[in-house]
Amino acid sequence: MSFMKLKAISALLTVINFINNNKKSGQWWQSRHRTMLRGVLAKTFRLVGYTIQYGCIAHCAFEYVGGVVMCSGPSMEPTIQNSDIVFAENLSRHFYGIQRGDIVIAKSPSDPKSNICKRVIGLEGDKILTNSPSDFFKSHSYVPTGHVWLEGDNLQNSTDSRYYGPIPYGLIRGRIFFKIWPLSDFGFLRDSPNGHRFSDD
Amino acid sequence: MAQSQGWVRRYAKAFCKGFFVAVPVAVTFLDRVACVARVEGASMQPSLNPGGSQSSDVVLLNHWKVRNFEVQRGDIVSLVSPKNPEQKIIKRVIALEGDIVKTMGHKNRYVKVPRGHIWVEGDHHGHSFDSNSFGPVSLGLLHAHATHILWPPERWQKLESVLPPERLPVQREED
Repeated sequence: MSFMKLKAISALLTVINFINNNKKSGQWWQSRHRTMLRGVLAKTFRLVGYTIQYGCIAHCAFEYVGGVVMCSGPSMEPTIQNSDIVFAENLSRHFYGIQRGDIVIAKSPSDPKSNICKRVIGLEGDKILTNSPSDFFKSHSYVPTGHVWLEGDNLQNSTDSRYYGPIPYGLIRGRIFFKIWPLSDFGFLRDSPNGHRFSDD
Repeated sequence: MAQSQGWVRRYAKAFCKGFFVAVPVAVTFLDRVACVARVEGASMQPSLNPGGSQSSDVVLLNHWKVRNFEVQRGDIVSLVSPKNPEQKIIKRVIALEGDIVKTMGHKNRYVKVPRGHIWVEGDHHGHSFDSNSFGPVSLGLLHAHATHILWPPERWQKLESVLPPERLPVQREED
């Protein structure tokens, strides 16, 4: 009697176990599909997440810290030749630490999608010599508040503030201070060859 | 003891991980997509801050809309002030590049807006520091497009892009 009882109980337990197992994982093929689908989904989500994360980190770095920039055009010769690679930092723009003589990258005032690379000649309130070399008479002007006066080092071949006037400080993107390429010129950038352009005070 | 140390380390690790994800994502979102800002001053009355100094509106600034520097006449936009780079100003776009505008109190009676520039004015004429005092502004200073008033709740509305009829440009750039 007791033996029969035990057998019945064990059979019942087996059935319950079987049902429970089936409830948990469904049919064997269903469960396998589900795990595969889950793996693919997880992988996709992880990829999208990492892309967003690193994109955002890159944005923050380029916006607030600095980055590597390639310069083109003849306007900054001989300091920066055409297609030199330089390092630019954006911290001094955010902390308003741009000084006379710094080379900056700024948005072009006539085309906001293109950038220009010039040297800061005067800050707000400075007296600037605005005549071109061909002019006989000297003419001066003052840089208005919130603006800077930019000029290329190659005075003969540069479209700069002598042509479009002082530009607002808000257009400045960053300051160039270190040249990476070509290797023969590796190091900090030289001072302006046109020192006489700076105002005395 | 060892267990509690492990728990602390795990917690710190998770915190750092979350921190390095959340902060750049949030900063990028605020820089590139949208942010909110409180409007100060009376220069945009009656569109914004109609109650004067008692109330100040909070507006939604959409950065994504102006990522290609495309604005329409009549849009309310925020810009970096050309006179003070630490300050942002909120104004209505009156004219785009190539338009000729009739100014109010500028040194020239008529101004042709140069390439890559816009002419902005506050709605409250005479109490606004706008293009009539500093001239046309470069599109590079454009910050965002104000699309909605979010606060106070009874003023919740979409900001319409309307150009006051008396401020239409004298001559438009031919498309």
